[in-house]
Amino acid sequence: MQATDQREPYMELQEGSDSELWQSEVITSFYGNMADTAKTTHPQPAGRPEKGAEFGYVGIDAILEQMRRKAMKQGFELNIMVVGQSGLGKSTLINTLFKSKVSRRSVMPSDEERIPKTIEIKSVSHDIEEKGVRMKLTVIDTPGFGDQINNENCWQPIMKFINEQYEQYLQEEINISRKKRIPDSRVHCCIYFIPPTGHCLRPIDIEFMRHLSKVVNIVPVIAKADTLTLEERDFFKQKIREDLRVNEIEVYPQKEFDEDSEDRMINDKIREMIPFAVVGSDQEYQVNGKRLLGRKTRWGTVEVENTAHCEFAYLRDLLIRTHMQNLKDITSSIHYEVYRVRRLNENNTHPSDQPNGHSNGVPTHEVLSHEM
Amino acid sequence: MAATEIARQAGEGARAVPLSGHVGFDSMPDQLVNKSVNHGFCFNILCVGETGLGKSTLMDTLFNTKFEGDPTQHNQPGVQLKSNTYELQESNVRLKLTIVNSVGFGDQINKEDSYKPIVEFIDTQFEAYLQEELKIKRTLHSYHDTRVHACLYFISPTGHSLKSLDLVTMKKLDSKVNIIPIIAKSDAISKSELAKFKIKITSELVSNGVQIYQFPTDDETVAEINSTMNGHLPFAVVGSTEEVKIGNKMVKARQYPWGTVQVENENHCDFVKLREMLIRVNMEDLREQTHTRHYELYRRCKLEEMGFKDTDPDSKPFSLQETYEAKRNEFMGELQKKEEEMRQMFVQRVKEKEAELKEAEKELHEKFDRLKKLHQDEKKKLEDKKKSLDDELNIFKQKKTAAELLQSQAQQAGGSTTLKRDKERKNSGFL
Repeated sequence: MQATDQREPYMELQEGSDSELWQSEVITSFYGNMADTAKTTHPQPAGRPEKGAEFGYVGIDAILEQMRRKAMKQGFELNIMVVGQSGLGKSTLINTLFKSKVSRRSVMPSDEERIPKTIEIKSVSHDIEEKGVRMKLTVIDTPGFGDQINNENCWQPIMKFINEQYEQYLQEEINISRKKRIPDSRVHCCIYFIPPTGHCLRPIDIEFMRHLSKVVNIVPVIAKADTLTLEERDFFKQKIREDLRVNEIEVYPQKEFDEDSEDRMINDKIREMIPFAVVGSDQEYQVNGKRLLGRKTRWGTVEVENTAHCEFAYLRDLLIRTHMQNLKDITSSIHYEVYRVRRLNENNTHPSDQPNGHSNGVPTHEVLSHEM
Repeated sequence: MAATEIARQAGEGARAVPLSGHVGFDSMPDQLVNKSVNHGFCFNILCVGETGLGKSTLMDTLFNTKFEGDPTQHNQPGVQLKSNTYELQESNVRLKLTIVNSVGFGDQINKEDSYKPIVEFIDTQFEAYLQEELKIKRTLHSYHDTRVHACLYFISPTGHSLKSLDLVTMKKLDSKVNIIPIIAKSDAISKSELAKFKIKITSELVSNGVQIYQFPTDDETVAEINSTMNGHLPFAVVGSTEEVKIGNKMVKARQYPWGTVQVENENHCDFVKLREMLIRVNMEDLREQTHTRHYELYRRCKLEEMGFKDTDPDSKPFSLQETYEAKRNEFMGELQKKEEEMRQMFVQRVKEKEAELKEAEKELHEKFDRLKKLHQDEKKKLEDKKKSLDDELNIFKQKKTAAELLQSQAQQAGGSTTLKRDKERKNSGFL
């Protein structure tokens, strides 16, 4: 079903927001690139002087259009995991992000009473569509995380789940006759909710992020940020960044995976803002004659999409509009590969393994090359 | 420790949820395309056809550049494949184009094995990709894909039917690569002959069960154009890099005394159709088919050949590892056996050599003995002879003394003249 609300073109942020916003620069540069791929512009094939568009044009750049068509037909998949103590607004945030009731919490309010005795992992899939682009969104919820009295090893079930998804993908990949398109259930992004204490990271936060930043992309956010003033927020963020640095926790976007200087520039700007202070809401209120998502209190209304109020818009842009493909790429080409290497090595007990970058140290390689 | 419960709700059939506002993931295709643009594209074309059919010229015309290379001679001893990689760029799209030409195809007298180098080449590329995919530490996303995405098969414009070499080669290639048959140098055929020729070729291909590449008709945007083009296969093309002035434009054409064949004129030849289909409409699909159909088939056959089978899902990696281990042990066992064999052979050879040498030594000894014996015999004979000579000498001496004695006796008895005695004395003095 198409989105019915037409009032927000994708350049909406430029309308009601501050001037020096990194993301508007990012978006324009992105979409600026897109405009250049129109087919009628000047081709420069190697070695041939330009003689006139008709004559010299080969049409190689039509492949972009072909790729786009193929992608639209296939649809996309995205798997997001939300982790945090109960009551931090995880489900609300997901609903705000995707502007729909994707999270079960809001559907069955009776569940709010129950605090699970164990950590559960609930995964719900939805098909959403926007402007012809279909996406299968899977939200993985972790009720019960951090809610017990003794929270030791609370990350283990989550880590196990993530590894199970990798395992499933690996099994499918090493099949002899495998499917045309391997269903991707790997967790692309894990949003970690930090309670707005205003002080620093708690031990459970540090432990969790330390363990999981090695297997999945973690995006930390400060939940319910409308309880912090701007100064408290900045101080809190600084402390958090300090804590992350001291504990050597690499959250998304990881410094080591920046591909070129352009990437680094964009990502540096993001890294300066992490963790995003977000507020979620799925109710609309009337503000200045416009209907906006927000939280109404007696002293004012917090507008969710107003970047002066909270950083929800930045988070949304990061996750959805600009870095979604990047999240998936890092998951598949780095985290998954690390898992695969570990998995294939642990069953291999041959002493002559040499895990250096060029040889692959597994007997299969010898077997293959000699048996041909 | 907290236990885990995993509940998958609405698993496979995810429910559709309406959006109440603009989320923004419609930029996903753009993000994907952007990433690919940064990465660059690869495209590999294989040109198979007899020498002199205009393969290199057609490539030059298709991509508007002069690729290197001189026209090949006809005296090649066997079929070889020459591949060249070029980097082309158009607006912001970088393409790594690899063109593989078959050299010497159809020139030999015995053409039975002509298709083999081509099949081997295609298999080698698949193999390289398979090896990369099976490595433990792999870099698939930055791997330079050399698998052949499209094979342009050049049919010579006889006007009658396909040659048997063509049929055999295409039959061998159709399960390994996307084949697009084209009629080369089609300005040698008239329009009516061309129509008949095309029909004949298509029917021969169908009756021999050769599967050529069909342009995909499942996507509505291109279904129509693709299905029309499917009906025009095989394309009759003319290639030219020379330009001729027609009207007030410079166009690519071939000039004859009786007229000019314009390459990009749809009435003259199907070059424009080929370019449309190959590059502008279906390049991505060609790559996809190569990866999902031909490569998967190769991979499956290869792995099954090596003895891997799909077992139940939960024991998969183990059984794979076990199979690896088993294969490995088998292989090591074979190695050891071979080593033993070689060692034994070596020992054997040494023994033989030793025996030979001993034989030779013995012979030498014998010879020496023989010679020695001969020598002794000779010596003995000589001694015998000498002895007999000595004997004779002795006898003679005896006779002589006896004769002298007689003489002196005779002298004493006679009182003969001193002259006689002197004479005799002289005579005996002589003796």
